[in-house]
Amino acid sequence: MAQMSYLDAVRTALAQEMRRDPAVWAVGEDLGRGGVFGQYRGLVEEFGPARICDAPISEAAILGVAVGAAMLGTRPVVEMRFADFALCAMDELVNQAAKARFMFGGQARVPIVVREPIGMWRSSAAQHSQSLEAWYAHVPGLIVACPATPADAAGLLRTAIRSDDPVVFMEHKNLWGLEGEMPDDPDHCIKFGAARRVRAGRDVTIVSWSAQVHVCAAAAETLAAEGIAAEVIDLRTLWPWDRAAVFASVGRTGRLLVAHEAVAVGGFGAEVAATVAEQRAAALRAPVRRLGAPRALIGYAPPVEDAVRVTAPMIAAAARAMVAGQ
Amino acid sequence: MERPHAAAGVPAGRNLDLGRLRAHHRLMLRIRALEETALRGLAEKQVFGAIHPSIGQEAVAAGVVAQLLRDDILLSTHRGHGHTLAKGASAGAMLMELLGRAGGVCGGKGGSMHIADFGVGMLGANGVVAANIVIAAGAAHAIRLQGGARIVCCLFGDGAINRGPFLEGLNWAAAFRLPVLFVCEDNGFAATTRAAALTAGPGASARARALGVPAEEVDGNDVLAVEAAAAALIAAVRGGGGPRLLHARTYRLTGHTAADAAAYRPADEVAAARARDPIALAAAWLAEAGVPEAEIAADRAAAAAEMAAAYDAACAAPFPDAAAAFRDVQDIGSPAEMPF
Repeated sequence: MAQMSYLDAVRTALAQEMRRDPAVWAVGEDLGRGGVFGQYRGLVEEFGPARICDAPISEAAILGVAVGAAMLGTRPVVEMRFADFALCAMDELVNQAAKARFMFGGQARVPIVVREPIGMWRSSAAQHSQSLEAWYAHVPGLIVACPATPADAAGLLRTAIRSDDPVVFMEHKNLWGLEGEMPDDPDHCIKFGAARRVRAGRDVTIVSWSAQVHVCAAAAETLAAEGIAAEVIDLRTLWPWDRAAVFASVGRTGRLLVAHEAVAVGGFGAEVAATVAEQRAAALRAPVRRLGAPRALIGYAPPVEDAVRVTAPMIAAAARAMVAGQ
Repeated sequence: MERPHAAAGVPAGRNLDLGRLRAHHRLMLRIRALEETALRGLAEKQVFGAIHPSIGQEAVAAGVVAQLLRDDILLSTHRGHGHTLAKGASAGAMLMELLGRAGGVCGGKGGSMHIADFGVGMLGANGVVAANIVIAAGAAHAIRLQGGARIVCCLFGDGAINRGPFLEGLNWAAAFRLPVLFVCEDNGFAATTRAAALTAGPGASARARALGVPAEEVDGNDVLAVEAAAAALIAAVRGGGGPRLLHARTYRLTGHTAADAAAYRPADEVAAARARDPIALAAAWLAEAGVPEAEIAADRAAAAAEMAAAYDAACAAPFPDAAAAFRDVQDIGSPAEMPF
């Protein structure tokens, strides 16, 4: 185990995968200078500009090129810079990458990893802050990963690169500097659809993913001081998502709260809440609840940005009310 | 519309390779017969979805695609039956696909708009205009990474040059000097709108040249002219010269889809275009060169018979089972693994 930042963990994992498989290459803007956040720093020196490939600011081409290159047997890791910019390549991702295998009757495989940094970070405002993970979970053919820790980011990135189907890999910008334990094994892969129990508890299950997991953990700490034992589950991947882990936890606690940074309306929390309500109604001692951002835009000024944040006190208050039967 | 070639026989100054012209003519007849069979299937309710016939545009498929090598990669459009057949796909498997049968080239899951045969390097028609231009650049990028002498040929219509992927794909191919032949198969109509009415500037070739991509224009109804132009461009692409664009002007003799009567076109315009039917032009040159009419008629009959037999076989073939809806979606998190 080494102590490593989230950024260094994914950088290390990508380098390991590129050493392991010569078909893996990365493509995106400014990668030769380390990428916009430094997550590709040093890679062009080791792998050269053909495999750490600088791209024009041309999102449809970056993603479309990756689709075509994947169909011929290479394994592109596609950098979209900000999740918001991937919207310029929605046809390539949703109509092409996600559908090629099916609509060509299994003749095509599109093993691409589409890296989309998400989330609110340094007052980046409305077009550089979104968390659109639910969009991709809605699209058959895609896998959606939203790692919360350095080890998970590395382990899920390895699995994503080795996947023969397209993976949307959403790193939270606010997590780049987060330090954590990183397993030394370069083959440490984390299975898609396997949740991580962040904290055990008997009173209420709090489900989350990505950076919001840490906010939920902080809320659980507050609750613990009040004698409420919250179990925090990090889904790690939204498609597939670990229904069994959530069902088992709700079976123990009888209460489900889902919290995420993304807009609540149509968010993936709604899917988790609805599934539990439909399939585990008998286990529930309280109505399910979800917390997400208001259906509002993300503003620049800190007070405006903060107005759409789901905070630890909000999560604690919701859990407290559920346990109190309110 | 004047009929210089038909009136004058084989254009002067050409070294007519009668065997090649005969082969082009046969291929064009097969494409025409395939399209007419698809329309018959629609009329007989054996074809279910939209069909975008390439009737009248066969010289582009024959003149460009038939020159590609088996290892070369082809990407096409929603009007892609002819290209696919020219690349070497089986007419039987294509008709099964159009009829939604399990034995179709995509197992009956793609239909006309997603017809593909990876076995012959045909990476798919595409239901989204211009989408394949960037995918083609990517296929060429993979060839660059992997090494080898293969090239990519990407066909698209006149409507595609107004979408972003045209700019992005050509820019990419030029910036990386990739082995791609882009072919704008210009049939004059973007769906049901006259393309010239809403396309600024002089068109595909000028746009390509502005990006540093050398471009040629050709009479897309003259299979020999198309072949000659494409041969030069393919040689340049294969020689490492980077991408090229061929702008082939042709005419769509049918509507946008089989359901479109194309009443927005004046009758005399269509009549003039019919008089320059690429197959009729080629047949006239063959006759001029001494090929007996009976042989030409026999080629026509053979193409029709081939497609009729393939159609009958497709009609008799089974549909895919419903479970095919859940195959080849994704390995992990598949509909079977995670049912709603």
